[in-house]
Amino acid sequence: MAKVLVVTSGKGGVGKTTTTAALGAALAQRGDKVVVVDFDVGLRNLDLVMGAERRVVFDLINVVQGVAKLPQALIKDKRLENLWLLPASQTRDKDALTEEGVGKVIEDLRARFDWVICDSPAGIERGASMAMRFADEAVIVTNPEVSSVRDSDRIIGMLDSKTVRAEKGERVEKHILITRYDPSRAARGEMLTIEDILEILATPLLGIIPESQDVLRASNVGTPVTLSNADGAPARAYIDAARRLCGDTVPMQVPTERKGFIDRLLRRRAA
Amino acid sequence: MSMGLLRLLRGNKASAPVARERLQILLAHERGMRGQPDLLGVLREEILAVVSKHVMLDPTKVIVRLERGDEVSTLEVDIEVPNDFERKKVAVA
Repeated sequence: MAKVLVVTSGKGGVGKTTTTAALGAALAQRGDKVVVVDFDVGLRNLDLVMGAERRVVFDLINVVQGVAKLPQALIKDKRLENLWLLPASQTRDKDALTEEGVGKVIEDLRARFDWVICDSPAGIERGASMAMRFADEAVIVTNPEVSSVRDSDRIIGMLDSKTVRAEKGERVEKHILITRYDPSRAARGEMLTIEDILEILATPLLGIIPESQDVLRASNVGTPVTLSNADGAPARAYIDAARRLCGDTVPMQVPTERKGFIDRLLRRRAA
Repeated sequence: MSMGLLRLLRGNKASAPVARERLQILLAHERGMRGQPDLLGVLREEILAVVSKHVMLDPTKVIVRLERGDEVSTLEVDIEVPNDFERKKVAVA
């Protein structure tokens, strides 16, 4: 049974596209057949993060409008057999995403894949509402920071009222993914704690992705972070999150502070 | 750099608890407002409509401010009325 998963946040720059690529790759590595769909019409980036930017011929809107058939627009990943990308259009505007057209594309994707992962644009406008419209599950990407938590709360409200499932009286299963978590700032009380965020948003936790150079490096080279440095902390956190999405019980790893030599020296002197 | 020491010198407290409290208050309010009509917008429209029945108004000279407090909130409507409004009104009529 195919699942449609939206990766959303409200706020921009929190890591939706990174998360879409990383979860998509992690699920494909498990053997599931996965498509990642970019809904950020006009500002597409998933193709770039996935390293497929030079292979885009047709896009989501071409398919929605019937200009291209779905198999023509799907781009197969070069590294993983089971991973595919449906890119967004770079030029056309968001109004081209009609509910009927998007619904038809999602239905076709459901028939072909195990997971349809929709990368939502930031904001609460048409692109974002279409990305979540047909979702069965949602990953709400949240940074430990007030504006991100507030926007996540708003998005949770939309998931509970503006999706097809919500309108049918069913639930969209929601998960919080905390990204850019900095254990040293958390230890100093400068950052909202995991407990604070989960209590405020009243939504279960899918995983905690630590702030890391790995993430920037992965997007620089156009490889999902779970593939570019599979042993790194963010990759391991994403792989665990993907396992939880599949129903596995995986103990939650809270990233801890890794103190450098200088830092330890200074700390000892300060004490 | 040892932030603990820096914080001690500056006398700063951890800011995360402040963030948590501000969020809880704000979100309690915003969740209550969800799906409700925009009260501020409605008041502004209706007050303007009433006043403009009697006075020629420049809509850009109307300022509406809201201050949310713990116990009560205040809505401040600042309408600039030109001194010659009587004459203008007569002219229009």
